[in-house]
Amino acid sequence: MTEAAAFPQDRTCPYHPPGAYTSSRRTHPLSRVTLWDGRSVWLVTGHAAARALLADQRLSSDSTHRDFPVPTERAALRRRRRPALLGLDDPEHHAQRRMLIRGFTLQRAERMRPRIRTVVDGLLDAVEAQGPPAELVASFALPVPSMVICELLGVPYADHEFFETQSRRLLRGPTGADVEDALARLEAYLGDLVDRKRAHPGEGVLDDLVARQLETGAPQREELVQLATILLVAGHETTANMISLGAFTLLRHPRRMAELRANPALVPAAVEELLRFLSVADGLLRVAREDTEVAGVLIRAGEGVVFATSAINRDTEVYAAPDLLDWARPARHHLAFGHGIHQCLGQNLARAELEIALGTLLRRLPGLRLAVPPQEVPFKPGDTIQGMLELPVTW
Amino acid sequence: MRVTVDGGACIGAGQCALTCPEVFTQDEDGFGTVAPGHEDGAGSPLVREAARACPVGAVVLVEDA
Repeated sequence: MTEAAAFPQDRTCPYHPPGAYTSSRRTHPLSRVTLWDGRSVWLVTGHAAARALLADQRLSSDSTHRDFPVPTERAALRRRRRPALLGLDDPEHHAQRRMLIRGFTLQRAERMRPRIRTVVDGLLDAVEAQGPPAELVASFALPVPSMVICELLGVPYADHEFFETQSRRLLRGPTGADVEDALARLEAYLGDLVDRKRAHPGEGVLDDLVARQLETGAPQREELVQLATILLVAGHETTANMISLGAFTLLRHPRRMAELRANPALVPAAVEELLRFLSVADGLLRVAREDTEVAGVLIRAGEGVVFATSAINRDTEVYAAPDLLDWARPARHHLAFGHGIHQCLGQNLARAELEIALGTLLRRLPGLRLAVPPQEVPFKPGDTIQGMLELPVTW
Repeated sequence: MRVTVDGGACIGAGQCALTCPEVFTQDEDGFGTVAPGHEDGAGSPLVREAARACPVGAVVLVEDA
């Protein structure tokens, strides 16, 4: 028996999964890995096993459960509070999810597109005015989802700068204290926003929830604040990393990039393939509440389970030549947004943001190229969310 | 074939309507539904894809006897 590999591991290339995630998949869709705290958990790398387990409610998302896997030391420092929506199991999760879904339909995402275009064009106006060169993470990838979330929640324009500053500290603050402080400020702000919306209803997702509360008495103010915070956190870093890593990947695949420039109708398929290929949320976490058998393996109650979506989305049983970027492949059924009851609520909004952000970037900056050698572009160390720290470009 | 969506299980991911917009839509509250007149699947090969795409198995296909 070989020694269990460590999880998470650094990617050696920003867009390929660490070799250790994929090496044993053909024979073992589940293997044992060791976390930073020495704990041994299951790593799921096979597509069929992952689909079965993510849809199996014997696996819990309760992050306050004693045996819930903690993937990094940084994650352990975070407040051990159970997040709304993501940290709940059914039936509590189902009740919260059902309150939110009308704000995240395909039709709602379609209606957001003109606003997303305005946001993207405004940011690229500033990039063009100040460059070349430019650093695209700070000037483009992070503010696009932040501004879209402001639109979604109905944050007034005058407050966008506060919201943007604090959410950036929340996501990328240098210390735990910094992150805690940003979270406290955002929660206080969102509480005030809920109160203002009770007095003056508008048209955002938060307004829908406030209206519902006025009708039925549920959810309570605190629950509304928690839900708004989760929407902010879940939709920001993930989308930003897909924009930066997506742009980097296109720059490293010039023929694929040229195909998109020549035929923008390919952009939706390209976004789906990039979601599969990049799998930025690379480490979904669960704990087994009961003994659960899958693919001939018995997961015992109390054992942690980690899903390496980067490996799952390159399973050769499902995807031919999975390490190649191919706009023509049917990329459907990738698990980049998860599977089961927690599958990403904002996925249709994310698709719209990515299509517009990447499509507009290619159209407006035809000479776009890296400003430094590719090996000098800093990307995030191994974690459960992958992305670029900086993306220096010129044109 | 009879196509239905289990509204009690639906989590509003929109995968059915995204995968097979000819047969599926989302109602005002975000729940997946079968477009009126398309309960037989309208012969679309994407109906099975939509059933597989649903993250909670809420798209139910019943084959004709």
